Parts: sequence; structure tokens; C-alpha cells
Amino acid sequence: MQSAIETTLDIQQIRRDFPILDQQVNGRPLVYFDNAATNQKPTAVINALTGYYEGYNANIHRGIHYLAEKATAAFEASRRAVQEFLNAKHWQEIIFTHGTTDSINLVAQSYGRRFLKEGDEIIISTMEHHSNIVPWQMLCEEKGCILKVIPVNDAGELILEEYEKLLSERTKFVSCVHVSNSLGTVNPVKTIIDKAHAVGAVVLIDGAQASSHLDLDVQALDADFYALSAHKLYGPTGMGVLYGKKELLDSMPPYRGGGEMIKEVTFAKTTYNEIPYKFEAGTPNIADVIAVKTALEYMAGLGKENIAAHENDLLQYATEQLSELDGLRIIGQAKHKIGVISFVLDGIHHQDTGVILDQQGIAVRTGHHCTQPLMQRFGIAGTTRASFAVYNTKDEVDRLVQGLRRVQKMML
Amino acid sequence: MTINEKQDEIIEEFDLFEDQLDKTQYIIDLGKKLPPMPDSKKTDENRIMGCQSKVWVDAELKDDDQTGARLYFYGDSEQTAQISKGLVGLLIRVLSGEKPEDIANADLYFIPRVGMGNLITSLRAGGLASMIERMKAFGRAYTEKTV
Repeated sequence: MQSAIETTLDIQQIRRDFPILDQQVNGRPLVYFDNAATNQKPTAVINALTGYYEGYNANIHRGIHYLAEKATAAFEASRRAVQEFLNAKHWQEIIFTHGTTDSINLVAQSYGRRFLKEGDEIIISTMEHHSNIVPWQMLCEEKGCILKVIPVNDAGELILEEYEKLLSERTKFVSCVHVSNSLGTVNPVKTIIDKAHAVGAVVLIDGAQASSHLDLDVQALDADFYALSAHKLYGPTGMGVLYGKKELLDSMPPYRGGGEMIKEVTFAKTTYNEIPYKFEAGTPNIADVIAVKTALEYMAGLGKENIAAHENDLLQYATEQLSELDGLRIIGQAKHKIGVISFVLDGIHHQDTGVILDQQGIAVRTGHHCTQPLMQRFGIAGTTRASFAVYNTKDEVDRLVQGLRRVQKMML
Repeated sequence: MTINEKQDEIIEEFDLFEDQLDKTQYIIDLGKKLPPMPDSKKTDENRIMGCQSKVWVDAELKDDDQTGARLYFYGDSEQTAQISKGLVGLLIRVLSGEKPEDIANADLYFIPRVGMGNLITSLRAGGLASMIERMKAFGRAYTEKTV
């Protein structure tokens, strides 16, 4: 089965779709392993961006001229593409935002401010990115809500028994990451959602890391909100999505004023537009939204299951190879992981590791990965993280291993 | 040796290496030679902010009858952060034992000239600029005291 899947993707051919990969860094061919931060963009996506600016740049929704019509149609076609990608029931459930962080803030500020009150409890997890911690802390401070945290075990998996203990009729909101950016852990979000719904809580899933690796179906998950970022989907930066169930979005107040979110304005009163426009104040990121459709089509063309199989193959290979290095400890050994491998080297600072790998043309991420509480849980200041995308190869993993041997030789 | 003579000497040493990795190795080795700072000096007050790794710098003014007041620097990093330690070592080599006003006014041209460009940019968040700023601040503070 594994080999059948491998033959379906010609990685060398795929690499040619990503012009940025064909370059030397510090005299060596670039190895790009910082995909969890952002992945690279295929030519088709880059062309979609320039195609808009060269061909039909216009502000959308209100123009009556040809270019405005064309831009509006492309923009809304992207919304339908995202709807299909997430299997949302209604196109109105797809809100364009600036990214996952922006989407989470929208929910915290709009839903949270309207519906949460003093004493209500919000549950997040130890492995949240700061962007799924801070908006809730801000809300708790403002409204007097209480933040509770699901702990993780030594393998880097959420302890579901502890989660169940945290749940009660006081739990009003649960916000949890689908896939950990630091550890690669895939969380059992369906179980998390079902258990939260059983006590009447509303659930947001942070899908920033999950979206390019896993099949997503917000209806099957029964997620109330799902947040993601386009730049982690082979799409452009500064553009994200908030999925929300229609009835929830309808009940929420807009949290930014101006532009398309308005139905009618008088100095006495303003009435708001319908969803999704109610939440899309101002001129949106038109080119980037349009290019998202291209990114989704690109992924669909490769087949998401093929991408996942290839990345899983790389993860297994990298785990085996890295485990052979003396003094290397992998942080996060969950049974269910996607292509992220985080590790520490005995006696070597992660920053030094990153610098010396960079000098060998290998791009990794080092530090706390905006998950400081998780690092504290493991008693470390940070890790070195290699994260994979569809265009990465086993040869590149070998380069990483050689690079790390060089780091150890230099430092120890 | 003046600050600039020391800088020129360092530039010459680094010119011996063509490969970036060899230059980095040299910095690491300089760090290994740096005498450790006593733990009592590794205080929050002496900590350089803006470093991904922990780095401390302290200074002491010593009066020399012949040459007047000179400022001596001590620095260290957390044990594993050897590149940071090496960079502190390099700065100490250039600035330590000099007159406070010379330190305050030093033009540290050796940094772009040693061809560590990529190392420096990688560490830009790592606080090299903060280290330099701290050492110059010591220079300024002691200039006022000694003038």
C-alpha cells in the first residue's frame, strides 16, 4: 500500500512547481524544513496573484464595471472552494480573515463578549499556540471567565481523562488545536467536540497546522468554529478563514466596523449586513483570497491522501534516522502525528543548532514555537523543529542528519 | 593595542577562513576560551535582553596610574549557547581594557567585515546589537564618572 501511494507522486516533478526551492543557500542546495511556519507556494498560486493584479484588479461587491464583476466572481468562487474544502453546509459559513490568529480573535471578541459571562469556564490545552491562549486570557480578564487547561502526557498527547474532569455545566467554550505546531500531535478533536457538546459548550478548533495534512470535514466533526491560515495551505500569507455554524454566526455581533459589513448607516443607527459580510469589514485581501482557490486546487490535484502519505513516510524515515544520533531526544512522540519532528540535542543550544544548519543551507525553526507553556511542561527552553511538506525528500532528511552531525562535531 | 588595531587583527584572522562554518567554529572556540563569569554576576541586571539564549555582561573600571581609567568587561552565556558566548568573547576582546570614552565612541566595523554576515543576521534576534549597546552604555556611564 505504502509503495502504491509513493508511486502516485513524482516529488521531483512537484519540486519544479516551487521555483523558490531551486536555489543555493550558503553554497549548498536549499533544504526547506520550516513548513510548519509557512510552506512554499507553487507557480500556479503565484500566477493567480499576479493574474489578478495584471488582469482584473478592482474592488469587489459594489463596482458595476467589468473588472469589479470579474474580481467579485473570483473572490466569491474562492469562498465556495473553501466551503467545499471544509465541507461546510453553507457558503455563508466561510468568513475570510487575516489568518488563524485573526479568526480566533474574532470568535473571542464577538462570540465571547456577547455570550460569555463572569464565572463561565473556557477550556484550552497545554499545547496551544499563543494565539489560542492570549485571546482567551484577554476575554477572561474582561469578562471574569475562568481559563482551564487540558494537560499533556510525556508523549505529547492530551490526557482525555483530565479533560473530562474539567468539563462541567460551567464549561461554556472549548478551544483546542487540531494538530500541535510544536510536536506534530494530532488531537482527537471529534472526541473533544462531542464531550464539550455533551455539557453544552461551544467548540473552536485551531486548524492552522492540520489543514494541509488532514482531510477536513467540519460537518462530520460537528465543529462550531474552525480556524485556518492560507499560507500553511500552499496559499498566500495574510489570509485566513473562519468557519462557523450559520446559527452561531447569525447570533454574533460584528466586531469591526466599516465597509462591506454595513447594510445601512445613519447617524442614528447602523444596520449590519448578513453573514459572511457582517464579519468582513473594509476592503478584503482580494488577490490573496482569490489565490486560495488555486492553492486548494493544487492540493486537490496532488490528492490530499497522497500528500499525507508522503509526509508520513518522511516523518517515519526522519524519526528513524534522527533517533540514531547520540544525544538527540525527540520531543513529542504521540501515536498519531503529522510531519513535524521537534528535538533537543544534549549540551547544544537550539539557536546554535539552527544557525549552523542554516550555514549548511538547511532551514529549520528553533525556539519555543510560540508555545511557551508547552515548553515549560517539558522543562525545556525550546527545540529545533523540522517540518515537512509535499516537496520534501528523504535525501533532504539525510542532509539534516549530516548537518546535525556537523553541529555536534563543532559544539561538543 | 587600540580598538581599531584589535578589529583589524580579527578581520585578518577571519580572512584565513573561506567557509562560513569554519568561521563559526572559530567563534565557538573563542567562546570556549572565555573565562566563566561567577554565578553571582549572572544577575537579571547584567542580563542582555533580546537574546534567545541567556547572555550576561558586566564591567569594572580599573585605574591605571600610567594610562588612566580603563574599563574591563566580563561576559558569559548559558552553558550550551556557545555561539553567543563566542560573540561576547569577540566583543570583549575588542573593547575590554580600553578607555570608557573610546568604548562609547567605538565604530565596530569589524562585524560586517569579518564575513559572518549570515551568522549575524541569524542572530539578529539573538541580541548582538543589544550586547554592543550594553557595552557602549557602560562606556558612556563611566566616561561621565571619569571626566
